[in-house]
Amino acid sequence: MSKANLLDRRQVVTTLLADRKDVVAIGGLGASTNDMCAAGDHARNFYLWGGMGGAAMIGLGLALAQPKLPVLVITGDGEMLMGLGSLATIGLQKPSNLSIAVLDNEAYGETGGQTSHTSVAADLVGVARACGIGDSRSVTTMAEVEAFAKAVHDVTAGPRLANVKIDSTNLERILPSRDGTYILNRIRGDLGFQPI
Amino acid sequence: MHARADAADTAAESSTHWPDDIFATLQRFDVRQVPYVPDAGHSRLIQRVLASSTMRGISLTTEEEGVALLAGAWAGGQRGVLLMQSSGVGNCINMLSLIPILRFPFLTLVTMRGEWGEFNPWQVPMGSTTQGVFELSGVKVLRASTAAEVPAVLEAAAAQAYNALTPTAVLLSQRLIGAKVFTK
Repeated sequence: MSKANLLDRRQVVTTLLADRKDVVAIGGLGASTNDMCAAGDHARNFYLWGGMGGAAMIGLGLALAQPKLPVLVITGDGEMLMGLGSLATIGLQKPSNLSIAVLDNEAYGETGGQTSHTSVAADLVGVARACGIGDSRSVTTMAEVEAFAKAVHDVTAGPRLANVKIDSTNLERILPSRDGTYILNRIRGDLGFQPI
Repeated sequence: MHARADAADTAAESSTHWPDDIFATLQRFDVRQVPYVPDAGHSRLIQRVLASSTMRGISLTTEEEGVALLAGAWAGGQRGVLLMQSSGVGNCINMLSLIPILRFPFLTLVTMRGEWGEFNPWQVPMGSTTQGVFELSGVKVLRASTAAEVPAVLEAAAAQAYNALTPTAVLLSQRLIGAKVFTK
């Protein structure tokens, strides 16, 4: 299954978050949220264990509420495909501080590795660009990942999307907290908001 | 071509003011993000939101986007409200699971179809199950059937949604909005 020229997902996510500073990161349902935890737990990590298709929209709501903060959605091709319409919504709102990194293994890795639409036909970069997300990149090298990680901090030039072709190997699961209320309130607390 | 008829038993003046009452209540509760899928019954409120300097109207492609958006908005410190019509409620079902899991304030205002003098049979199935879908999903349902009761219902809904984190849907009756009239 694995191809030699595809990137390692953990290395990609670790690079995206290595110099994160004030980034708020949202991990889409599936291996992406585990990758984010594997890169190091953080008060500004929004781990999703459900709500498939909603990661980019959670990112949009956060980005509009906090326009000076870089907001980074890290999700998989299957999760992104379920929320394709959200790319049109984001393209319309044009939040300049929102970045989306799609970890594209062309498969539903959590459910047995069934091939996804990106393996044959769907071009997420083309979709994003056609929806008005002008900075939409196809990423195949670690140098391009590093460049995208830097761009995430420019909160004036988004929205942007990187579709990163990754190896489909299933890795050991590094599980983040499953307590959604804890996860959300930890982010709010770190941003300076009090409980109700 | 189609046009909307005013609800027959509602005073013409108050029937045009209820969207402004809703807008005023949302403003008072410091609502900032207003995701919506357009509906004729929400058109005046959407206009008010888009013209507002404090609220951001966010046009969605499908209603469940709005549920996820409100979770993100709250993580970032802002309140929101989701505007949709009854047929959109079914689109939201799985995403409604975010509400009890994340415990963010959830308020939605739903214009009803398929319950009062409906012309289009395709609106009736979802209109008939809207309240049940919300209740099964853990969302409290309040209803406004006349223009006169809109302010009190909105006040109660916003108060419990934002102060008590009680997920709440307000159903704006088709009787209030007026059945859509289809003409050739």
